[in-house]
Amino acid sequence: MEALYALCVGVLTTCGIFLTLRGRTFPVVMGMTMLSYAVNLFLFASGRLTINGPAILGFSVNYADPLPQALVLTAIVIGFAMTAFVVILAMRARADLGDDHVDGRAPDSSETPKNQS
Amino acid sequence: MMQHLVVLPILAPMLMAVMMLLPPLQNTIYRQRIASFFTMLVMLGIAILLIITSSEQTQVYALGGWQPPFGIVLVADRLASMMVLLTTVLGCGALLYASAGDDNLGMYFHPLFLFQLMGINGAFLTGDIFNLFVFFEILLIASYALLIHGGGKQKTLASVHYVSLNLVGSSFFLFALGILYGTLGTLNIADMADAASRLEAQEAVLAKTGVLLLLLVFGLKAALLPLHFWLTKTYSSASAPVAALFAIMTKVGIYSIFRIHGVVFGEEAGLLANTALPWIWPMAILTLIIGTIGLIGSSSLKVLTANLVLISVGTLLLAMVIPGGIGLGAALYYMLHTTLVSGALFLLADMIGKQRGKAADRFVPARPIQQPGLLGTLFFLAALAVIGMPPMSGFVGKVMILQAANGTSGMIWIWSIILISSLAAIIALSRAGTNLFWNLCGDKSDELASSQLQIIAVVLLLACSPLLVIFGAQVTEFTDTAARQMLHDYPTIKAMMNAGITQ
Repeated sequence: MEALYALCVGVLTTCGIFLTLRGRTFPVVMGMTMLSYAVNLFLFASGRLTINGPAILGFSVNYADPLPQALVLTAIVIGFAMTAFVVILAMRARADLGDDHVDGRAPDSSETPKNQS
Repeated sequence: MMQHLVVLPILAPMLMAVMMLLPPLQNTIYRQRIASFFTMLVMLGIAILLIITSSEQTQVYALGGWQPPFGIVLVADRLASMMVLLTTVLGCGALLYASAGDDNLGMYFHPLFLFQLMGINGAFLTGDIFNLFVFFEILLIASYALLIHGGGKQKTLASVHYVSLNLVGSSFFLFALGILYGTLGTLNIADMADAASRLEAQEAVLAKTGVLLLLLVFGLKAALLPLHFWLTKTYSSASAPVAALFAIMTKVGIYSIFRIHGVVFGEEAGLLANTALPWIWPMAILTLIIGTIGLIGSSSLKVLTANLVLISVGTLLLAMVIPGGIGLGAALYYMLHTTLVSGALFLLADMIGKQRGKAADRFVPARPIQQPGLLGTLFFLAALAVIGMPPMSGFVGKVMILQAANGTSGMIWIWSIILISSLAAIIALSRAGTNLFWNLCGDKSDELASSQLQIIAVVLLLACSPLLVIFGAQVTEFTDTAARQMLHDYPTIKAMMNAGITQ
């Protein structure tokens, strides 16, 4: 299970970083979302993986560390809000700058600038 | 009341910001301004009280009475309360300036401003590294919204870069926290300092990765060299009061580097001792060099000021890595000076730019401004302070850093680079002043003169510089004690937490 879990986190992180390095805002937003998924899984695993272990004492002999679960909850909420903000910002940038490139215009169109005011 | 003092710098702005979103204050900018001023006065009082109480004894406050290290604690030692006071003073200046009209360019300026202050204060006061992350996010999301306050293409573009970078930074922060929790088993800063010295060899490599990942994150916030590209564009396109408040944002990163990499993973961290220092050292020098080059090549006063911020980041980190932590006291003094003066310069750049009409603050010939005498004098004083010329606080700060470096192995680097960057600052600022005030064409512009409030705001921030010199003895004594306390106090704080001396 550990290997599969680690593989998932690794693949998500790789995809996330690859996508955030792209030039258009949509892949960048997708990349950040994947990165935050990877982070959430990673944080969850930082308390070690246990099966059938409740996070409350007294229900079973082996129990799961509750702290990472609390941390993941916080991280999910914050990540969700940030993603919502960045989506709106990307749409605003598309409207303001007339292009969805992160620099406001694609590099190859620099000779014929359009929508310049 | 007094035992809850530590949490008030976070609660006061939060409560007022929430109230500003509700009917009696909502939608009326005058009431919001008055409410904001009231909050700032209250916070000023709280910050001064906090300094007084924490100089006697470090305050540890367990939120909700939960026992640390599992409960969340706030720790107000001298350094944290000093930074809270610094934030409040800078916030007062920026708020006064904004109330002259900049706050009316978009919605919700005042609540966002207070939320940002809440995040900054929280980041300084927290004693738990996961909460540091949470407060970072609070100050960041307020800063995202403040950055696009007023709108415009430049701001949107700068925002896209700033937000994307910081979101990726936040992800790395969480990765680092996960690693550190997995290896050290705690996220309480004082407890981490203790756990780091007992770390086993097989986990040291993993923990080192976490520590360096944290340096990456704080370096991004502080604009340390390879991660500094966002700074000039963001700071120069933000509206003036926002840029002035942002002057403390890089300091939050530096403060965290001081705390985490200088102390928790510093000299006494066993296998993790000084993990980050070999990285900070060259990066700080390169930051200074790039900042100096940027200073010479700046095309407008705002870009120039942003480069000055970069130089101060380099100087502060260079002072930190002087062996034995003897430069820390000087660095803290310099931090007070540079934050206030660069905040004032951002405001001044906006005032000059507005009076010059279309030319704004770019270094091109333009029509004479309305108040050349007043703005010229203020600019001259600010320039003296930021360069480090004798009557102002920059001089004292730089001399103290140079003195601390005297006789250490890195002396030749620190002396030469700080002195060369000061020389470059003289050249760049005299060029800026000549261009802005004397390189004229045409008649006097018909732009409005700056309002009283704006001038008061700049004078308030600039007046701190000579005050830091006049009360130099007390201030340096305070910063030195704060530095020493920061370096050696974690065992005491841990003992206090264990003994349950908490309210």
